[in-house]
Amino acid sequence: MSVAIRLPTMLRPAVSGQSVVNVDGATIGEVLETLQLTYPGIAGQVLTHEGSLHRFVNVYVNDDDVRYLDKLDTKLAPDDVVSILPAVAGGSH
Amino acid sequence: MSGQMPENPDEEDLGELVSSLRITEERLAEMVAHCIRCVPEEGCGLLVGEQDGSVVSVHPTQNVAASAQVYTVDPREYLRIDRQAEDDGLAVIGVFHSHTHTDPWPSPTDVRQAPDAAWHYVLIGLRHEAASTRSYRIVDGNICEEPVVVLDRYNPT
Repeated sequence: MSVAIRLPTMLRPAVSGQSVVNVDGATIGEVLETLQLTYPGIAGQVLTHEGSLHRFVNVYVNDDDVRYLDKLDTKLAPDDVVSILPAVAGGSH
Repeated sequence: MSGQMPENPDEEDLGELVSSLRITEERLAEMVAHCIRCVPEEGCGLLVGEQDGSVVSVHPTQNVAASAQVYTVDPREYLRIDRQAEDDGLAVIGVFHSHTHTDPWPSPTDVRQAPDAAWHYVLIGLRHEAASTRSYRIVDGNICEEPVVVLDRYNPT
């Protein structure tokens, strides 16, 4: 099925400036892999080259962080909205 | 960050060529007050506004790292703020956080973990009695300080 993926501003240049793209897949892992295959500029930025979720990226299905669901195996429903956001962090040293 | 060079640049156009953070005294005070409340931990939050660097609203967020040395903006709050900004026709344009014991200059951690080259990175220095507020762009590992333009009745836009 096709789900909407909201993209953070730094990934939009790789998808011709769109803020939302529709991607097919039954699970989070599938849509993220398809996203990276469809838009090669995103490769390595959401999923690492080993296929796991990048530690500085947060992925939500609606309001839920996939890390607290089934991670990349999280199943998707037709009206789900996937949001990708970077971790916002830093420090004094 | 520079925009397009106008054909006849004059004083008004120069303002568009230089990146700046445009913010009211009231919103500056909101950031500082939040960071002071968070002491001894680092305080942090997001800035929502326009692409020209005008801050429309300040959003203190929880520091889920709960530390005096590092901060992590609560990702669920970021999601909520991002969605609301989009609904309002605005965007998250930056992040502010405090350095409680060091100078308000981006640290190696700040530079390494800067999530978005288009953002404004605001540092609230609490090392001295009077808090200081400074703003930076961080692009490809390079730090560039930018002016904080305080909007008031003499400079309303």
